[in-house]
Amino acid sequence: MSKVVYKRPEALTEAPFSYCPGCTHGIVHRLVAETMDELRIEGTTVGVAPVGCSVLAYEFFGCDMVQAAHGRAPAVATGLKRALPGNVVFAYQGDGDLASIGMAETVHAATRGEKITIIFINNAIYGMTGGQLAPTSLPNQITQTSPYGRDVNEAGFPIRVVEMLSTLDGVALAQRVTVDTPKNVRAAKRAIKKAFEYQIEGVGYTIIEVVSTCPTNWGLSPSDALQWMRDNMLPYYPLGVYKDVKADGFANVAEAAAARALALAGGNVEKGDTADPAAEGGEA
Amino acid sequence: MTEKVLMKGNEALAEAAIRAGCRFFFGYPITPQTELAAYMAKRMGKAGGVYLQAESEIAAINMVYGASAAGKRAMTSSSSPGISLKGEGISYMAGADLPGVIINVQRGGPGLGGIQPSQSDYFQATRATGHGDFHLIVLAPSTVQEMTDYVFRAFDLADEYRMPVMILADGMLGQMMEPVVLPEPKTELPEKPWAVTGHRGERPHNVVNSLYLKPEELEDTNIERFERYERIKAAEQRAEEYLVDDADIVVVAFGASSRIARSAVNKAREKGIKVGLIRPITLWPFPVNAIGAAADRAKAILTVEMNMGQMVEDVRLAVCGRVPVEFFGRAGGIIPTPVETLAAIERIAASLEGGAR
Ligand SMILES: Cc1ncc(C[n+]2csc(CCOP(=O)(O)OP(=O)(O)O)c2C)c(N)n1
Ligand code: SF4
Ligand SMILES: [Mg+2]
Repeated sequence: MSKVVYKRPEALTEAPFSYCPGCTHGIVHRLVAETMDELRIEGTTVGVAPVGCSVLAYEFFGCDMVQAAHGRAPAVATGLKRALPGNVVFAYQGDGDLASIGMAETVHAATRGEKITIIFINNAIYGMTGGQLAPTSLPNQITQTSPYGRDVNEAGFPIRVVEMLSTLDGVALAQRVTVDTPKNVRAAKRAIKKAFEYQIEGVGYTIIEVVSTCPTNWGLSPSDALQWMRDNMLPYYPLGVYKDVKADGFANVAEAAAARALALAGGNVEKGDTADPAAEGGEA
Repeated sequence: MTEKVLMKGNEALAEAAIRAGCRFFFGYPITPQTELAAYMAKRMGKAGGVYLQAESEIAAINMVYGASAAGKRAMTSSSSPGISLKGEGISYMAGADLPGVIINVQRGGPGLGGIQPSQSDYFQATRATGHGDFHLIVLAPSTVQEMTDYVFRAFDLADEYRMPVMILADGMLGQMMEPVVLPEPKTELPEKPWAVTGHRGERPHNVVNSLYLKPEELEDTNIERFERYERIKAAEQRAEEYLVDDADIVVVAFGASSRIARSAVNKAREKGIKVGLIRPITLWPFPVNAIGAAADRAKAILTVEMNMGQMVEDVRLAVCGRVPVEFFGRAGGIIPTPVETLAAIERIAASLEGGAR
């Protein structure tokens, strides 16, 4: 009798992926689908596909799917989750979608503590439109619209999304992972699963950033792309857990926020003793 | 008997929406629709629904998109500048065949414009609310009672035809208080087997989507949608006619300007001028039948609007050159007076007499 060692997750349809060979989008799709299988939530999950290379995610995920306008996935997911509080809602977004055109929607869904999960594919480029500068493109990175390299004096600095979001009280889990090695793939899977579990428990907003590759627009082979990512992206975008309210000992974002407010207020009182602006001649 | 209550137009819109089964309202503050959102904030939670102040009009319409995709009755409201931002989401709703109700309590434009009542978003509502080939059903109330009745109907139309419906009101209607009879709350809402609610292993996965990468598929989808639009044009045109049977001059005006036009018509009648009024209720589908019929009987048409002349283009298309179509309007938030509207009617009456000589 033969033993099955590898099969398509139930939560993926039979539609063949439209991704380029070696693109990490495919791996992450698989991890999300495996999570749905393991948590047995495909039947109660609604996913939101972005505008970007993963626009066709609605053909690949077996759960109910909604395609959203460029950057608006967190708002659409908010509408869905408010309408279906008992369901699981996730949005799958690229860096242009999430961190450029959709940054307002991203930040506000996070700060509201929407009980949704965001899977964020950071490949430092606009993949679908042919490789333009992204909000996450690295300093000096050559893209179609930064042909001499990203000049931070002109184009500004790349955004570290999970670091930024981790400052918001609505965020339950903000973690950065990658999928370059089997070990990292397993860690990414655990993070994605944890995010879905936190959503189901009602802990708060969850986001998993996956540092990814775009071999096609980076002009590299899949394995060279992974190496370029390790050499250039991981130093700028360090892997790790940036916020995890449960690990911090709280049941949900409300408890964590209350404790933080208390600590901050306490800190101000103490500071008031030594650093009173009036005492230092400042204007009251 | 249902009793009358005194309500502001904006509040009547909100209350009637809740009674129509709307349980999801997403807004963003803007004058002159403020009372609508405030009313929703007060009432929606008590009605078991969700009121959420979004981070922008873009987010608000996309929240409507999400809640509507989940099969719920959802609404957003704004005023002119905010509707421009909603254009993207409205186009996506049209492309994904999602119902939903959008309220525009218009103010003067373009740009930041002003905060006084206007009808300058007629083109936007009926022609180009967003990109792509699509229409909205657009209803134009002229009283607080109609605000109530039309929004109540709007949810049914949206569900029946699976498309967004817009209520095109203005600051004057939003702010005015009038007695209204509120409708009985809906108890039964239509089934939506297409909604994304989780397939629970019982059906193939549902997808709400407006992307068609194959041009043939996109064209077919558009053709199908426009066949639906043709059915709507045949079944849903509405207009109120007032003293048009023997009228030599027919005034065409919608919403707030129809109220002024009506007073001017009454004054002109007192002076012996045979003039009537057609008030389009559906701006899309435009009541071409009523206006076409009037063009067969009348000698001239006068369109009165609170803008630089927008609906007059639809009137001219309906009249098709059979009789002259004149325009009188005030813009920028200025409401035309009955006296100046009467003067416009009298000018046409005089020219008709001159022509007969
Ligand atoms: C409003 C709007 N602006 C621009 C586009 C064009 N567009 C399509 S995909 C895309 C970039 C997507 O990049 P990213 O989110 O990083 O996803 P990736 O393709 O890299 O996975 C852009 C700009 C669009 N579809 N809609
Ligand atoms: S263009 Fe880049 S991101 Fe898009 S599928 Fe190809 S490799 Fe992946
Ligand atoms: Mg990208």
